[in-house]
Amino acid sequence: MRNLIGFIAGIVFAVGLSISGMTQVHIVKGFLNIFGEWDPRLIGVMGGAILVHAISFRLITKRKSPILNKEFLIPNIKTLDLKLVAGAALFGLGWGWAGICPGPGLTSLTSGAEEFYYFISAMIVGMVVFQFLQRRGLFK
Amino acid sequence: MINAIIGGALIGISASIMLLFTGRVTGISGIMGGILNPKSSDKGWRFLFIAGLVVGGLVMVSIQPDNFVVKSVATNIDYVIAGLLVGFGTLLGNGCTSGHGVCGLSRFSSRSFVATITFMAMGILSTLIFRLLRGEI
Repeated sequence: MRNLIGFIAGIVFAVGLSISGMTQVHIVKGFLNIFGEWDPRLIGVMGGAILVHAISFRLITKRKSPILNKEFLIPNIKTLDLKLVAGAALFGLGWGWAGICPGPGLTSLTSGAEEFYYFISAMIVGMVVFQFLQRRGLFK
Repeated sequence: MINAIIGGALIGISASIMLLFTGRVTGISGIMGGILNPKSSDKGWRFLFIAGLVVGGLVMVSIQPDNFVVKSVATNIDYVIAGLLVGFGTLLGNGCTSGHGVCGLSRFSSRSFVATITFMAMGILSTLIFRLLRGEI
């Protein structure tokens, strides 16, 4: 059942990304291009998503537990550390460079455009390298 | 802009489905990281979420192929560099546009707020450097 929910949520997510324009690198790069011809559409995407989820989050977390699990697994760390900022900074550099983040990259694979295959393959390598270094005790 | 808002709302609905049923945050980089981590035990739903993304993409590619056309002067090397940075950075910083940007901001998480401001600022800087190096500015 949890697998089915994951599958359905993945499909809805992909449809949302495609309709919103997030699978088009020029729209993403256009939003980050504030010193040129700025494209405001990403604000609509973030705004629409946050508006819906900010309301649903409050309603859903009034429940004692989610439907298929014993408890909510929501991160509750509060500390702001270098890892968070450095990680977000590296991610931002890559995001702006290509105009692709993980969701749209994966969603766009079936378009067959080779750009997304280069991006996602390298992203997987980046993740594996991080996990390797983490197991070696770095980033504690 | 209306398409952007509707699409965004669907992303919010997807995150709501995940939260209501599984109690989890819908962060794409975290879900991918869990699949790649040999120590992670709950790979089933993660794998199916990613499969859903790909299948959803397939459906949308057949309906609106124009939404997947890459209009950029970036080369394949650019995509490799960007992918490495995104993969490493999202796991180091515990999230990307979905986990921090959508889910985190929706619950007013201070960490996600800091992360989102940071990746937006660096995204702007990166775009600027990209254009400068190509003589667009």
